[in-house]
Amino acid sequence: MSAIPSGKSSPERPGLEAIAVKGWLRANKWLFLRRLSQLGILALFLLGPWAGIWIVKGNLSSSLTLKTLPLTDPYVLLQSLAAGHFPYRTALIGAAIVAAFYFLVGGRVYCSWVCPVNLISDAAAWARRRLGLKSGHAPDANTRYWLLAGTLIAAGATGSLAWEWVNPVSILHRGLFFGFGLGGFVLLGVFLYDLLLAPRGWCGHVCPMGAFYSLLGRFALLRVSAARRNDCNDCMDCFRVCPEPQVIRPALKQVGQQSPIIDTGNCTLCGRCADVCSKNVFQITHRFNQRSES
Amino acid sequence: MNSIAGAAGAGCLMALGVGLYARQASALPSQALRPPGARGEAQFLSACIRCGLCVRDCPYNTLKLATLGSSVATGTPYFEARAIPCEMCDDIPCVKACPTGALDRELSDISKARMGLAVLTDHETCLNFLGLRCDVCYRVCPVIDKAITLEIVHNPRSDRHAMLLPTVHSDYCTGCGKCEKSCVLPVAAIKVYPIKLAKGKLPEHYRKGWEEKAKAGGSLIGDQIKLPVRGLEETAP
Repeated sequence: MSAIPSGKSSPERPGLEAIAVKGWLRANKWLFLRRLSQLGILALFLLGPWAGIWIVKGNLSSSLTLKTLPLTDPYVLLQSLAAGHFPYRTALIGAAIVAAFYFLVGGRVYCSWVCPVNLISDAAAWARRRLGLKSGHAPDANTRYWLLAGTLIAAGATGSLAWEWVNPVSILHRGLFFGFGLGGFVLLGVFLYDLLLAPRGWCGHVCPMGAFYSLLGRFALLRVSAARRNDCNDCMDCFRVCPEPQVIRPALKQVGQQSPIIDTGNCTLCGRCADVCSKNVFQITHRFNQRSES
Repeated sequence: MNSIAGAAGAGCLMALGVGLYARQASALPSQALRPPGARGEAQFLSACIRCGLCVRDCPYNTLKLATLGSSVATGTPYFEARAIPCEMCDDIPCVKACPTGALDRELSDISKARMGLAVLTDHETCLNFLGLRCDVCYRVCPVIDKAITLEIVHNPRSDRHAMLLPTVHSDYCTGCGKCEKSCVLPVAAIKVYPIKLAKGKLPEHYRKGWEEKAKAGGSLIGDQIKLPVRGLEETAP
């Protein structure tokens, strides 16, 4: 049916086949929405300091929306608790709201739809593909969980939010509104690390914040499903764009599971697999949708 | 197994590095002052989540967040008195904005704030010490005549003038920094330091006789024999 022979694609430019089949817009739908969400949230925060329109104050660590809604990052607050401080109710309520949201929707939705560092690591992954870089080796994917534990222990041992001294997520988001200082080098480091040393290294293997949200979203409702997996033509494009490629195989190839649902907290629900698939194998759905069409 | 050990090693090593860095850098430099109501530095560092809401609600742009590379803990709020001092708002908006309690809401009266303590560090350049009547630090003090007083002292150089020496009293000084900001010298002679740096401490067992006497309502050792003054008959009144 398709003019392009199936099963062929270029490793440098995954998604070409999907663009040819579905059109550019539908082959970039989720990416577009995701950028809209990331940049929209940044814009909301920037409206205050840049234009004097104060819809949101603060930063991702803790903010106040329309002078009423407190939102606090539960991981940052957890560090504060580990450091031995019991916070005021405002912060607790804010953290509870955020935690409940990601618990239901999917923890790492934060990583791909909100976190500003995603723009950096996506840029690095994109550059890596286009330049055809094969160098480097990402650390074990469990490194992040050890680091998560380590940051909490460090908080307890030093009595301060140790990780927040260097946390690239906080540094980037805070830097945009309050100044970077040397923090820019940390961000450059993340980019170069992902580009040269470790493919998808930071967000997928190191970041303790990502690890925290992985755990938080373990039983979340939203999931990606390889519903039309029988149509898969093994072009590998989804593996090439996925920030956590190991999560695809069990659902797509029925390795160790029958369900088409990618049921892991590690999937960031970025939807890029759905974008680049010319066969529309993937869809974003809820975790109870076990149907697999063929 | 190997990879798990590697991951554990890498994770722990990074956490350890960060922990050591945080520990080493947790001393507040002498010219950085915390906002009003800030808890002691150690507790403050465990409570502040670096959100900048206090900075946003400061109407005078006094507060700023430290950036990586400055000697103040990354992301925590501070101000430098010589740049922009604290204006001591009556409603203390920065404290109200803090979601975690790093700034203590128990502070409801700004005159009870203790952001630091002003110290007239340089007696050699302070104009009042040179015998002039500058008085600017005294005049701008929001707690004038309590936090800073002018103490009249004989000027031994001219032997016929007085010096009016600005004198800070820690019972009243809030550490707002208006004095440091306003000092007319190119480099301020009066500076605000974190209290830990500025204050000395008497040994626990010290008692001041005049205070004990006032407390007891009279001398603790009873009336003393009045001894005659000898050898000073010439000058005695």
